Amino acid sequence: MSQKGGVMNNLQSLVQKAHQSGDYNQLLETIPYAQTLGVRCERFGNEVVFVLPKRDQNLGNPILPAIHGGVIGGFMEIAAAFHLAIFLEIDDLPRIVDFSLDYLRAGFHQETYAECRLTRQGNRVANVSVSAWQKKKQEPIALARAHFLLPIKER
Amino acid sequence: MPQYEVWTNDSLRLGYVERFIGSLKQCQELGISPVCASTQGLELELPYHQKIVGNLDTGVIHGGAITTLMDTASGASVLCCLPELELCPTLDLRVDYMRPAEPGKSVYARATCYRVTNTIIFTRCEAFQRDPDISVAQCVATFMRIGRQASPDWFWKQIEGADDESKRGRDE
Repeated sequence: MSQKGGVMNNLQSLVQKAHQSGDYNQLLETIPYAQTLGVRCERFGNEVVFVLPKRDQNLGNPILPAIHGGVIGGFMEIAAAFHLAIFLEIDDLPRIVDFSLDYLRAGFHQETYAECRLTRQGNRVANVSVSAWQKKKQEPIALARAHFLLPIKER
Repeated sequence: MPQYEVWTNDSLRLGYVERFIGSLKQCQELGISPVCASTQGLELELPYHQKIVGNLDTGVIHGGAITTLMDTASGASVLCCLPELELCPTLDLRVDYMRPAEPGKSVYARATCYRVTNTIIFTRCEAFQRDPDISVAQCVATFMRIGRQASPDWFWKQIEGADDESKRGRDE
């Protein structure tokens, strides 16, 4: 993904700017899909919590109504990629390889949160677990794990 | 994966799928629409749009939009494969991203139910662009059967198109 010859593309320079300022919401705002869902992040010391706001256009099942399962998945994918970018201080967003998601409870028409854990980091690939919840963190609505390809570190 | 097979479109099922997808706000937001529906499954289209882009430098769409496309296709495929309409909640979903989708082109997802039991439905879904043999992503999912009565009558009327002139004509 990184451009050769030391020339940075826009995304890389935005990622680096976010590392310097600590404001990752600015970076989220540059990703159209994250904006479509409305994803934000909040940092509490060393903890980062991602937020999916209550939005009508994110709904799937009209009966409950419930958030579209794909939106919950997309939200968790964004969270996982950002978690890696933030904590590994890599200068690009990692590329997703695979994503496995268990839906545990219906995601109601409410604000939803997600938190990630880096399960294993290799040289090229990282494994991240994601938990998403609404009212109670102990009662997740979905659990996911994903593999990402890490950008090659420029030395 | 088996070779791409041309399906005979089933207009009754296509109608169910159209109205079902039409009831999902996120699918309206992303412009997801059915291409084909048959007793084997269905095919959906996700048009390319700026709002699903994940990387502004390359214009490649975000994996999350493909997850939504595949989750919708897999979930709606149960409407095509079961003898009676049922809505089945997703238990789990696994997506493998084979390659980035080429910017500017639609992504299609074709989903089939490959095993139906009294309690669980197993689905497979493949996403591709112009060439169905070159997959962008693959997905397997499982759904729980909770029965038709788990969803209210107004919803089934909406999906069955009870208000349609054609249906009214048939009922007479």
